[in-house]
Amino acid sequence: MTDLPAAPAAIQLGLVVDLDACVGCHACATSCKEWNTGGHWGPLTDVNAYEAEQRGVWFNRVFTYEVGGRREDARTIHFPKACLHCENPQCVTVCPTGASYKRAADGIVLVDVDRCIGCKLCAWACPYGAREFDEDQGVMKKCTLCVDRIYNDNLAVADRAPVCVLTCPTTARHFGDFNDPQSNVSRLVRERGGFDLAPELGYRPTSKYLPSRSRRSAPREASQPDAADAARDYVGGFLRWVDRALSR
Amino acid sequence: MDPAYSIIVFTTASGAGYGLLVLASLLAIGGVLPPTTGLGLATLGAAAALIAVGLSSSALHLGRPERALGAFSQGRSSWLAREGVAAVATFAPLGLFGIGWVFFNDVGGIFAWMAAACALLALLTVSCTAMIYASLKPIRQWRNGFVLPAYLALGLYSGSLLLVLLTRAFGVYRPAFALLAVILLGVAWAIKWGYWRHIDAAPAQVHLGAVTGLGQLGQVRLLEAPHTEANFVMREMGYAIARAHARKLRVVVHVALFLAPLALLGVVADGPPIPAQSASLLAVLSAALGVSVERWLFFAEARHVSILFYDRAV
Repeated sequence: MTDLPAAPAAIQLGLVVDLDACVGCHACATSCKEWNTGGHWGPLTDVNAYEAEQRGVWFNRVFTYEVGGRREDARTIHFPKACLHCENPQCVTVCPTGASYKRAADGIVLVDVDRCIGCKLCAWACPYGAREFDEDQGVMKKCTLCVDRIYNDNLAVADRAPVCVLTCPTTARHFGDFNDPQSNVSRLVRERGGFDLAPELGYRPTSKYLPSRSRRSAPREASQPDAADAARDYVGGFLRWVDRALSR
Repeated sequence: MDPAYSIIVFTTASGAGYGLLVLASLLAIGGVLPPTTGLGLATLGAAAALIAVGLSSSALHLGRPERALGAFSQGRSSWLAREGVAAVATFAPLGLFGIGWVFFNDVGGIFAWMAAACALLALLTVSCTAMIYASLKPIRQWRNGFVLPAYLALGLYSGSLLLVLLTRAFGVYRPAFALLAVILLGVAWAIKWGYWRHIDAAPAQVHLGAVTGLGQLGQVRLLEAPHTEANFVMREMGYAIARAHARKLRVVVHVALFLAPLALLGVVADGPPIPAQSASLLAVLSAALGVSVERWLFFAEARHVSILFYDRAV
């Protein structure tokens, strides 16, 4: 079972994370925790949940980076990170029990928590830090791509997607089939220059990141203020915001 | 990487046990060790006990040790499963070889074949242990050509010190045993020296800018961590205590694992019986301390790529 599927999957499901749109609200992370703690692979246990040194399992974590240091075009980039459902997942092949597996049907990487012995070797084999050990249950857990939602006939069709994707208020997360060149995710990757994390390690992650785009406007102080601009200074509050928005 | 004591005990104890088994099997086949009951019981018993202690200790590392039997099923892809199979398989020829040596005082014929199988499977098991680490791409301190020879050499060297101790105790010691130990000591020392030179010199494969893909936009630094408390990844992969003391601990390894046993083997090789026996025991104890620190460093100095996301050096 820890052998990878012999042939590439017909469909390869994964996520696209738009670093340009993410505002770092952590809604994807908290909704993930909420769904998965009550879902098929739950609970995602917490230790010391209401006191110091809280420890618990999360499938999705949002980092915030500062890029560009003290340069004028420095920016803040929010960076959600979960399992990338790699095409070449070493976390699967190192598993001694067959608890870790990559589904031949859709490429999702899962852990069978009833077979896992908690040796943690899969976490060592993952360069993305996507697997977390559930110390309460003694087994490894990871993102399931909400496999208990996406095929769930009890949910409305619109709700059959990973909960992080549905929750995101800025549509920074997209879900789809990367083997279909016409899918939304394939199109986004093509048009926006989607990239792999650490491609040199050879894990061939399925999920991609869309780069943070450069700022669209030229430096404003370069333009000469004319009389109309001077008059605008008397406008304040909401109207000033409208003026600026329309002037772009 | 977090140096779990269960794994340190496992790899060092089973390494010494398998090393002793390899040497005892080959020397028994060659007729160098006499097939007496006491010597067989002590030698093979010590090897089997060290292996059993190691394997039991490794089970303590598991979150669900009661399911450990499942770990023998995936030998096609997993070095850990291969190690499990090889480790357990070794006990079959070990048992038969032990019966021949201890009860029939016979190490020829079928028992010689069993001894050869013991040696082969023991080397295979130690190799599998090493490959568990050497196959992990995210850890450059493990994925290199020094790890496999280091595990083999240290296992055989530990076994040779035990062999000197046991043969001294049973009065069948030959100077060649101490010479063998000195040769294995030298080989292991050279490999560890090379290993440390390698991990000190080799540049990091990736940095935060590369691993996030943000590096082309400029210098990347972590502004806010995803959470306030340390998570599993940070505790398991981000072990930092040893770094501050790594230099001193390496000196401890050089002295306790190599230098002191080398001096003590000199006493063993060419001294009167009583000091020689004490020296051979001291050499074993010193090497046990040294190899434990060596294994602790092997984990503590290993840095995992995933910790880069937390803006810590790899």
